[in-house]
Amino acid sequence: MSSGTPNDDTPSTATRFGEDTVADARELIGRYPQSRSALLPLLHLVQSVEGHVSQEGMAFCAEQLGLSEAEVAAVATFYTMYKRKPCGEHLVSVCTNTLCAAMGGDAIYKRLQQHLGSDGAPLGHEEVAGTPGESGSLMLEHAECLAACDLAPVLQVNYEYFDNQTEAGAVELVDALRRGDKPHPTRGAPLSDFKTVERQLAGLLPEDDDEFWTDVDGPSQAVETMRGAQLAADRSWTAPAAPEDVPLPEVEAK
Amino acid sequence: MSTPENAPLTPVLTRRWLSPQSWRLETYEKLEGYTAVRKALSASPEQVIQLVKDAGLRGRGGAGFPAGVKWGFMPTGDDKPHYLVINADEGEPGTCKDIPLMMADPHALLEGCIIAAYAMRSHHCFIYIRGEALHPMRRLYAAVREAKQAGYLGHDILGSGFDLEITVHAGAGAYICGEETALLDSLEGRRGQPRLKPPFPAASGLYAAPTTVNNVETIATVPSVINGGSEWFRAMGSEKSPGPKIYSISGHVERPGQYEAPLGTTLRELLELCGGMKDGIPLKFWTPGGSSTPLFTADHLDVPLDFEGAAEAGSMLGTTAVQVFNETVSVPWAAMKWTQFYEHESCGKCTPCREGTFWLAQVLERMVDGRGSEQDIDTLLDVCDNIGGRSFCALGDAAVSPIQSGIKYFRDEFLALCESNRPAQGDGAAESRDPVSQGSDSQAAQPVGAQA
Repeated sequence: MSSGTPNDDTPSTATRFGEDTVADARELIGRYPQSRSALLPLLHLVQSVEGHVSQEGMAFCAEQLGLSEAEVAAVATFYTMYKRKPCGEHLVSVCTNTLCAAMGGDAIYKRLQQHLGSDGAPLGHEEVAGTPGESGSLMLEHAECLAACDLAPVLQVNYEYFDNQTEAGAVELVDALRRGDKPHPTRGAPLSDFKTVERQLAGLLPEDDDEFWTDVDGPSQAVETMRGAQLAADRSWTAPAAPEDVPLPEVEAK
Repeated sequence: MSTPENAPLTPVLTRRWLSPQSWRLETYEKLEGYTAVRKALSASPEQVIQLVKDAGLRGRGGAGFPAGVKWGFMPTGDDKPHYLVINADEGEPGTCKDIPLMMADPHALLEGCIIAAYAMRSHHCFIYIRGEALHPMRRLYAAVREAKQAGYLGHDILGSGFDLEITVHAGAGAYICGEETALLDSLEGRRGQPRLKPPFPAASGLYAAPTTVNNVETIATVPSVINGGSEWFRAMGSEKSPGPKIYSISGHVERPGQYEAPLGTTLRELLELCGGMKDGIPLKFWTPGGSSTPLFTADHLDVPLDFEGAAEAGSMLGTTAVQVFNETVSVPWAAMKWTQFYEHESCGKCTPCREGTFWLAQVLERMVDGRGSEQDIDTLLDVCDNIGGRSFCALGDAAVSPIQSGIKYFRDEFLALCESNRPAQGDGAAESRDPVSQGSDSQAAQPVGAQA
């Protein structure tokens, strides 16, 4: 039986999260043939409201989906993107998988740990510099391969790519974030904040058309991405010309 | 100038990437976009499957299973819903092809989805995209919106009577969800843990209904196959591994990037294309297709990088994520870093992988820290033997690849880390070694890598 069911003397978590969040949850659930499939999106959704996945957030998901809180907690704790404590305005993820690490990622992470630490203690994995909820606060984490190896070493701020990083450049970047600035990512939408992108990860993109397309049209055409295509164009190398109107093979219809 | 027959690069998937706003429908339609879907919808599903079989298109996600054969496993004449699920959970270390593809040309993936779904009589397709891939995810949402407005998705597509919905679904940070059955569990709102096979997804997949899971690059190739035909597709690559493939070259090379070449291209040829080794520092080791594929060395420059060639030389083609490391990088350190990754990403379901990766990481950390012994090498290999082939899914096999191949080719480097090979630092030093490395200081194990 779901333990997320509200009773008379405690306010429903749905109330705590507000009618808008309930409406968002309903919309997400409606996208799937079976409601439980909306659990990952709902966890992103509660994270977009609170800046992390709290016990109340998990209770909200349980209530919306008719699951037990234990079932939701089992899922929430499995995935690294769900943060169990308040994240700060931004999330800075430094790739320290082997290739990025060898290209300077380990040094960048270590430098940021020192730079953002206090009282001589380096900032640890998933620890926050500043006060969550305040402008310029940020959580630092080391991340596994971020699938941008040709642009190594990379880091992400709120999952937007900052490619070809250096120690000095990364320090400059976090200093800007701490000041409340929002430097533009190498590839991605104009920088927003962790809560805003978590809403997008839930599957709720900006409703305003201009905002939607400004995000979508954010840069992506890195030199590295296009290198092969560019080299082929420069040298007039192409795939063999495709013949016109090749018929599909004849087979017996079942 | 090369004639098209022997061009070293053959842009098919990447041919639109240079166009301004290549991700917009308008651009896609100008450059042959959504012509293949018209052709496919006017044929029968069986014809589409036969063409993909004839072309010999093999899965681009690592395993290389023939796509048409996989599609052919889907039942016909049953009354259950069928699902097509796209594996866009790109996370294999070194792999960085699907994310740029979805950013640059999301409509190619969508067109492939429509054709594949039609062939398998599926009316609901899910694209499971890695959560950290936020910008590609936005491009997919935009492409779905545009395609719907243009009548390529939804009800009665292009008047064919065929209906299809595509749902974009973000993951939440778990490498294991790239394993197809773990992906399905995750998509059902559960912890991403692999399922026992059989039953295979074609018999019992998403919601226990017939399901096919395909990689992004595989499906994005389908429109070109439909338009060009099997003979054209087979004009590239080798007999058993036909077609073009995106080779993602990263690491210590002059010009890392995405290079689309015929399957069977060698590292020597790829290095020529990307300007050779960075600053002329010699090559030491490389992966042909991600960290899960056993390492190669400078002796493997001429191995044809197709499914057969890589396997014959003792590795696997994997995702053609070519990570290149020069002489400054320590092999045991690299193996340790990768092992820490597998330890972190092991889902915990089966004992060999959960426990094995935990111990492998500790032994390697101890060795890299200079506190190893020759016996540790045997211990590593022994633990590897108890994981490889004995774990629930391929993550276990993958986890032992860098260690086994690293020791095979660079045993001396592992030996050099052993205490017995170090100059004596006074009596009793050996005794302080803790055999189960409880005192292992992972901080101390970190700053190795590129010592130069």
